[in-house]
Amino acid sequence: MKIAVLVKEVPDTWGDRKIDPTTKRVDRSGELVIDEINEKAVEAALLVKEANPGSEVTAVTMGPSGSLDAIRKSLAMGADSGIHITDDGLAGSDASQTSAALATALAPRGFDLVITGNESTDGRTAAVPAMLAERLGIAQLTFLRTLEVSGGTVSGERMTEDGHVDVSAPLPALVSVTEQIAEARYPNFKSIMAAKKKPVETIGIAGLGLDAAETGGSNSWSVVEAVTPRPPRAGGTVIKDDGTAGTQIADFLAAAKLI
Amino acid sequence: MSNTLVLVEQSGGALARGAAELLAAAAALGTPSAVVVTDGDGAEIASQLGSLGANTVYVASVPGDASRLVTPLVAALAAAVTASGDVAAVIVGSTLDSREAGARLAVRIGGAYQSDVVGIADSGAVTQQAFGGAFTVQSTAGKGIPIISLRPNSVAGSAPAAAGTLVPLDVSNDGAPAATVTARHEKSAVSARPELQSADIVVSGGRGLGSKEKFVLVEELADAFGGAVGASRAAVDAGYVEHNMQVGQTGVTVSPNVYIALGISGAIQHRAGMQSAKTIIAINKDASAPIFDIADFGVVGDLFTVVPQLIDAVNARKA
Repeated sequence: MKIAVLVKEVPDTWGDRKIDPTTKRVDRSGELVIDEINEKAVEAALLVKEANPGSEVTAVTMGPSGSLDAIRKSLAMGADSGIHITDDGLAGSDASQTSAALATALAPRGFDLVITGNESTDGRTAAVPAMLAERLGIAQLTFLRTLEVSGGTVSGERMTEDGHVDVSAPLPALVSVTEQIAEARYPNFKSIMAAKKKPVETIGIAGLGLDAAETGGSNSWSVVEAVTPRPPRAGGTVIKDDGTAGTQIADFLAAAKLI
Repeated sequence: MSNTLVLVEQSGGALARGAAELLAAAAALGTPSAVVVTDGDGAEIASQLGSLGANTVYVASVPGDASRLVTPLVAALAAAVTASGDVAAVIVGSTLDSREAGARLAVRIGGAYQSDVVGIADSGAVTQQAFGGAFTVQSTAGKGIPIISLRPNSVAGSAPAAAGTLVPLDVSNDGAPAATVTARHEKSAVSARPELQSADIVVSGGRGLGSKEKFVLVEELADAFGGAVGASRAAVDAGYVEHNMQVGQTGVTVSPNVYIALGISGAIQHRAGMQSAKTIIAINKDASAPIFDIADFGVVGDLFTVVPQLIDAVNARKA
C-alpha cells in the first residue's frame, strides 16, 4: 500500500506567534516546528504500514525552500521518502490553492491512502483535507480518533459535536486524524542518521504543471485586507481566599451585571 | 437583488440549531434562501425555514441521506447554486459537516472559502480571528462566490418571515466517492446545557479537579449559571471528560461573556481558545499560574471550598 502523509512547519504554539502587518501573512521568522498533529499523522501512517506489510510511507510538505525539518522529522520517525513542494510563486497560497498544489503532486503518484492532521495550529481552517479529497475524487474520512486499514477498507471513529460516528470506505481514501489518534514515537539516533540517506524529491510550479497565473497570494480566492493585533489583555484583581472568595466572585459578577 | 444561500442541516426533520442566525446573516447580503438535504419530502422543513426568513427552500431528497459523509451536502449546495442563478454568497454553519461541505463546494464551483467568520459587513467583507483572537483579520473574496463558515453568536437579529417556497433539487447524478456512516454514537441533541461554542457563560475545569468523579463540581457550577461545561487539554487527556469539551488551541474556541477557569493553569495553548472572553474568572491554588495574568478576577485558593460557596451565592441571588 502506498501511503502519503502531509506535514508542515508552523510557528511554535509555545511562542509568541505573529502576523506580519506588511505581508499580512503568518510571520515565520521565529522558531518553526513540525505541527504536533502532523507528528501524530505520521505515527498513524507508520502504524498502518506496520499492520500492512509491504507498505511505503511518503511524507509530503509544501513550504519555503528551507522548510525541510518537518520532512526530516517524519523520515526519522520511519517514513520512507519525502516530497517537498516549494516555489516562490506558491507563497501566500490560501487553503484552496494549497489543496490544488497538493492534489497535483499526489494524483499521478497513485497513493492508496492520504493521511493528514485534522487542523493546523496556524491557519486552523481545517479545510485542506476536505478540499483535497474533493480534488482527488476519493472518499474523505476526516476527524478520525481511531483508524484501521485492512482488506482494502479504511474505517474509524469520526469525532462530531455530540459524540462520534463510525465511518468506513474502500481505498483509495483520505483520512484526517485528531490528536487522540496516537502518541508520536521518538526517533532514536540510528533512525535519525538513517533518515539522512532517504530520498526527498523537490517539485515546483513547473514540475507540478500548475498555471502560475493561478498560484500564490496575488491570485488567491480569499484575500486578507487588514490585520489588527488585539491589545494585550491586562490582569485584574487577584485575591487569596480568606474564606469568602466564593461570595466575592458572585459579588464581582453581580456588580458587572453578569449574573 | 442577488440570492444568498444558507446550508441548513437537519436530523429526522428537526432543524439544526443556528438556522435562524444563518438566515439573518444571509438577509444582510441578499435574498436569503435555504438548502436542505433530507430523506423526506421537505414540506414541513420548508415551512419552518420560511418562517425563519427563507424565500426559497431548495430540498434535495436523498434516501438514507445521513449514511453518506458530507458529499450529499456538497451536491445539494452545488445544485442550488446552479438553480438559483445569481448567488451573492453561500453561508454555512460551524459544524464539521457544514464546514467541510463549504470547503468542498469552494473547490467544486470555484468559490472563496472563508473559515470561522465572526462578522460580516454589508459589503460582504468578513472578520476572522487568528491565533486565538490575538489578531483580527478582515478578508474579502478576491474571485469567485464567497463561501462563508459562520461561528455561532456572530450575527444579531433575525430575518423577516418569507415564503419558504419549496424547490426540489435533483442530486441523483452525484458520483463523488463518500465514506459510509455505519453507526452513530451521539448524545441526544436535546441537552439541558447550552452548546459550548455559543454559550454566554462557560465553566471549564482542568487537572486541578483531580479526578473524573470530582469534575462533577464543574458541571454543578455551570448549571448554577445556566452555562456550558468546558475543559483543558490536561483534563481531557486525564480522561475526566470527552474531547469535544476541550477548549483551546486544538479544541473549541469560545468567546463567552464570562469564562470561569477552575484548576486550570492557563498554558498558552489553553488561552488561545478562551482569551477573547469578555470577563475571565480563575480559581487556582498556584498563585503563579499564568491564568491569573489574564483573569479579571482571580482567586488563589482551594477550588473545592471556593466553588461550593460560589454555587450557594449564585443560587441565593436567583432565589
